[in-house]
Amino acid sequence: MSTDVTAEGGHGAVPTGPEVPTEPRPARVRRDWPLYEVFVRGKRGLNHVHVGSLHAADDEMAVDAARDLYTRRNEGVSIWVVKAADITASSPDEKDPLFAPSGDKVYRHPTFYEIPEDVPHM
Amino acid sequence: MTAPTLERPAADEAALQEHFDATIAAEHRIEPRDWMPEGYRRTLIRQIAQHAHSEIIGMQPEGDWLLAAPSLRRKAILLAKVQDEAGHGMYLYSAAETLGADRADLTDKLIERMQKYSSIFNYPTLTYADVGVIGWLVDGAAICNQVPLCRSSYGPYARAMIRICKEESFHQRQGYELLMTMMGGSDEQRAMVQDAVDRWWWPSLMMFGPPDADSPNSAQSMAWGIKRHSNDELRQRFVDMTVPQAQFLGVTLPDPDLEFDAATGHWRSGAIDWEEFKRVLAGDGPMNAVRIARRRAARDENAWVTAAATAYAEKHGA
Ligand SMILES: [Fe+2]
Ligand SMILES: [Fe+2]
Repeated sequence: MSTDVTAEGGHGAVPTGPEVPTEPRPARVRRDWPLYEVFVRGKRGLNHVHVGSLHAADDEMAVDAARDLYTRRNEGVSIWVVKAADITASSPDEKDPLFAPSGDKVYRHPTFYEIPEDVPHM
Repeated sequence: MTAPTLERPAADEAALQEHFDATIAAEHRIEPRDWMPEGYRRTLIRQIAQHAHSEIIGMQPEGDWLLAAPSLRRKAILLAKVQDEAGHGMYLYSAAETLGADRADLTDKLIERMQKYSSIFNYPTLTYADVGVIGWLVDGAAICNQVPLCRSSYGPYARAMIRICKEESFHQRQGYELLMTMMGGSDEQRAMVQDAVDRWWWPSLMMFGPPDADSPNSAQSMAWGIKRHSNDELRQRFVDMTVPQAQFLGVTLPDPDLEFDAATGHWRSGAIDWEEFKRVLAGDGPMNAVRIARRRAARDENAWVTAAATAYAEKHGA
């Protein structure tokens, strides 16, 4: 077989060789609906957690679509949606100097302090 | 997402590659805005996009039975299952978009046949027993494929797969239960189940892809943590799981060479017709044209809904 067909297509093998195009064609992209990121609170007492994204015409439609897409089995009690374009992120990767200031402050962790084993309730 | 422009030293590519390799080696996940090799990104888009297409096209064979399901209970179950497959497609398009793909463009590439979907969905669902056999064999094979993908090195893909795998178990069980019910029915119903098994068994084995010897790029995908097990390994796992289920059900798998190898503890199946696989994947299966035509109609005939919602949002804009 000339190209690679791998089982990693989930519901069945799909071609993954270089002949399969990957890049969006600008002329074809229908920039109609904005991308929203979706956050779900699983149950009372938990934080909202990012679960994925979807496209919607407006905020209200984004909430409705998020309910259908991400909470079909009681996975949530509350949903936040926010336009992806409105999110400001810290940095392009996860080894950024932005987080360096906390790296050398080991004294912020309880394990920094040595307490004898026999001190009760510590 | 937009990143504030921070002053960063221009790292050279070798250092970036080194950091990427170290992340993979440590079994940590690659996240969307990390630097990644172009080949890694493109391979992931190919895989995730066509996985998404398979979920979306995969709604059609079973969707054909929604109006003909024999009871309200069966109809509700099938509707929930088909809706799940739509959800799976959406989770995956969402993951593909984190790599720079565009959802509407991906759909166009599917309709224009520049990207493919799993060949299994190019076979017709001739009787209601096919609904049960798809749940049992096709979703069963999908589970074998998908469980290792929960550990994919690409974070958004792995997370989508965890969500999908939770839902697939319902798909397989509803199918098997449907078949058990039919096997407990009339001779005619039992014959329908056997006929469906005869038609779906070999295409299900083909879902795992060609033999390892014919998969030249697998080694690279393994090194990247995109692929976790070889095609043949996954196929063997599926056969070993499925044979006892067939025995319990009381159906015969249509393979005269199928036999238990006591030395290894594995079931050995006969030769697979890879010419058929290539033909169907290339577009010459019984249902290729129908599947694509329906997807095209869904896009084109619903375009006015998209336009109306856009106009409404603009008029009442935030
Ligand atoms: Fe699925
Ligand atoms: Fe499924």
